Amino acid sequence: MTRNAPRRAAIIGGNRIPFGRAGGHYAKASNQDMLTVALDGLVARFGLRDERLGEVAAGAVLKHSRDRDLTRESVLGSRLSPATPAYDVQQACGTGLETVVLVANKIALGQVESGIAGGVDSVSDAPVSVNDDLRRVLMELNHARTLGARLAALAKLRPGQIVPDLPRNAEPRTGLSMGEHAAITAAEWEIGRAEQDELTVASHRNLAAAYDRGFFDDLVTPYLGLNRDATLRPDANTAALARLKPVFGGAGGTMTAGNSTPLSDGASTVLLGSDEWAAERGLPVLAHLVDAETAAVDYVHGGEGLLMAPAYAVPRMLARQGLTLADFDFYEIHEAFASTVLATLAAWEDKVFCTERLGLDAPLGSIDRARLNVAGSSLAAGHPFAATGGRIVATLAKLLAEKGSGRGLVSICAAGGQGVVAILEAA
Amino acid sequence: MNSTGNHTVSNGPAAGRVGADWYRTLANSPIGGPLGQLGLPRPAALRRYRPGQPLTDGPVLVGTAGTGRLAEHLLALPGLALPGPDPATEPGTEPEAGLGGLVLDATGLDTLAELAAARTFLSGALRRLRPSGRVVVLAGLPEQAGDVTAAAARHALDGLVRSVAKELRDGATANLVLLDAAAAPADLESTVRFLLSGRSAYVDGQVVRVGAAGPAAVEIPGGPLHTGRVVLVTGAARGIGAAIAEVFARDGATVVSLDVPAQGDALAATSNRIGGLALQLDITAADAPDRLTEYLLGRHGGVDVVVHNAGITRDKLLVNMDDARWDAVLAVNLRAQLELNAALLGGVGGQDAPLRTGGRLISVASTSGIAGNRGQTNYAASKAGVIGMVRALVPAAAGHGSTVNAVAPGFIETEMTGAMPFGTREAGRRINSLHQGGLPVDVAETVAWLAEPGSGGLTGQVVRVCGQSLLGA
Repeated sequence: MTRNAPRRAAIIGGNRIPFGRAGGHYAKASNQDMLTVALDGLVARFGLRDERLGEVAAGAVLKHSRDRDLTRESVLGSRLSPATPAYDVQQACGTGLETVVLVANKIALGQVESGIAGGVDSVSDAPVSVNDDLRRVLMELNHARTLGARLAALAKLRPGQIVPDLPRNAEPRTGLSMGEHAAITAAEWEIGRAEQDELTVASHRNLAAAYDRGFFDDLVTPYLGLNRDATLRPDANTAALARLKPVFGGAGGTMTAGNSTPLSDGASTVLLGSDEWAAERGLPVLAHLVDAETAAVDYVHGGEGLLMAPAYAVPRMLARQGLTLADFDFYEIHEAFASTVLATLAAWEDKVFCTERLGLDAPLGSIDRARLNVAGSSLAAGHPFAATGGRIVATLAKLLAEKGSGRGLVSICAAGGQGVVAILEAA
Repeated sequence: MNSTGNHTVSNGPAAGRVGADWYRTLANSPIGGPLGQLGLPRPAALRRYRPGQPLTDGPVLVGTAGTGRLAEHLLALPGLALPGPDPATEPGTEPEAGLGGLVLDATGLDTLAELAAARTFLSGALRRLRPSGRVVVLAGLPEQAGDVTAAAARHALDGLVRSVAKELRDGATANLVLLDAAAAPADLESTVRFLLSGRSAYVDGQVVRVGAAGPAAVEIPGGPLHTGRVVLVTGAARGIGAAIAEVFARDGATVVSLDVPAQGDALAATSNRIGGLALQLDITAADAPDRLTEYLLGRHGGVDVVVHNAGITRDKLLVNMDDARWDAVLAVNLRAQLELNAALLGGVGGQDAPLRTGGRLISVASTSGIAGNRGQTNYAASKAGVIGMVRALVPAAAGHGSTVNAVAPGFIETEMTGAMPFGTREAGRRINSLHQGGLPVDVAETVAWLAEPGSGGLTGQVVRVCGQSLLGA
């Protein structure tokens, strides 16, 4: 039974394309284009041409109906061996990290020796569909067997049906946008405007500094003329951010276009394998995936914030590992909004929240802010929903490899009141 | 992660593209005949290497002038086709359709009478040379001659061969190989084979010195020439660098293609085309030598061949040259090579050197670095500096059991030359003995020859790939 004794999956490297601004460089690129090119960049970096990998798991949040089996189609278009299986995953902004967990678990169980996890999203090439009324008429017409039935179906056509259905950045059960939900949470936790802007500036400066020192040379491959993330502002400063008007939470709101992630296009990939698989190919291992946890909260009726699930997932995972919040060298907390990061940190420091909601004896604790998102995060890089997990995992794995030791925490909030978190350890 | 299967090496810009050599196409078309009568050049379609191609297009005639010490070895060269009986001396035999090449062993040439014998051999055989035929003359080093007359006679071959190269037509070439007295016949083999083959299509009128390989000798593999070797090519995203990467992959090497991160998409495409590896790195970064060393040792356990191909131009007349143009060109074209070579050869005693014994350091210089070029003081200085570096590195490389060489391309058809003004481009193409520009693959084949396991006797050489251009001749 040694074959199935669990082992830790190795994170070997990653590749992503620079994230683009909605309607910008990648306006004419499809999800399949971007995922394929991100895979090919990974193939080139690690010499994987014609290799049959155990599997490729990836996904997109905004997906065309034509993109059924998007990942498999991307693999077929890539330089990987066509004998590499693939499947799609969809868990809102948790998609990217969830694919890492899925591939890593199969490696841990010895079911596969290698795999690629990834994600892609485009808000520029988003699916616009036929409106529901028209769709019903068309389906009825399709099923009609007689001329009379067909005419009856056609008679139901109305001019108003030409209006298409647009994808919305809103929760189906509340009708509120994610920003409005986050604004409610920010108000509840009394997250101030100034600290949100400071977190935003740090994100931009950290990302710019990481680019400048060549940190992303082996993590990012340019695409369509874009060499760095389009939303990166190396000169970001609090004075300029302070002038922006609130966009969520009404006139008294604290959340602006500056301290909220921009809508973005992009794709990311992460190469995982067993230590043996990596060693056979002379590929150094950057880090191992130690554990992962997914939580969900009732933001509809339960009174919890839409993006607060990671606050629940992390303590459960720490308890299982016998770790405290202070036991990490790096914290990678996805910056959906600056206020989301700050509300999560505030919740962990709050006695009432930690005892009443998390069932702990005391607050989970604080983190050393100098270890938070040290190579930038979504506020600066942008956030193509399903691509963020891969960006963060590859970034953190390399940070750990540079340090040569230590542990990192990943925390990603997602729509639908979900959150995916994970622990990485230096190899 | 060696490449699988064969690779087709692209022969440069496709016909019909902007900047393509329309004149050569016209001159070789049915209506191009009158061009020759007008005294205009008639550029031939050069014979270039294809996998499986015979060494030469027709038999090779081997002759001697003086008491050559190599003829026996040459006649036994694998793959060398020899001519049938000569109808002039044996009446009744069918004349040959033509010769693929001539090899003259003049290693024993020490007198003017023997020089005259060289003339006799060549003049009698040149007419029988087929298109893209090859003339290879082997001689001893003039400075190793026993007396003044012998030195003069040996050096006279230099003028003879260069002039023959200019007289040859239809893509034929002539080159001179000077053999050190200490070199064994085996040290010569890779060079003779290269100069006879289609791989040397654009190498013409050159003088190459071959010494004893010594510790730089590498066991020749059974399969393709670079099987099992790790080759790093800088500036490999496109152009000449991509062609170099392709040729090494074709010949069995594991190729690491390096370029600046901004070229990463083209670099990934090149790497995936040849089944190699892409490395995004700015070689001018302060930590580049350390990062490259770590990568080569960590990922590949070392490197066998390093091709310094990365180069940039920032043209301006010297009086208008600003610091930025000067500094950028010197940093990429020269300083980075100096620093990387120091790291590749390792510290004192070569400890932790990423370059393995039997290594090959090859720099891509330029004929601009030999002849100078208006508006290119920065570029020419950097490329001449590279030549100086290569020559000065010979002892250190030898101590490491490695060789160091340079190629100096002349006018090569790339995206860069395609963008030149019409007049400049046409002049660049025609002022050489082959009356056409070379292709990136011509430079690549020359680099691959210098890197061959059997080329350990070649070091400190600067081989021009220029079709015997008038520039810097």
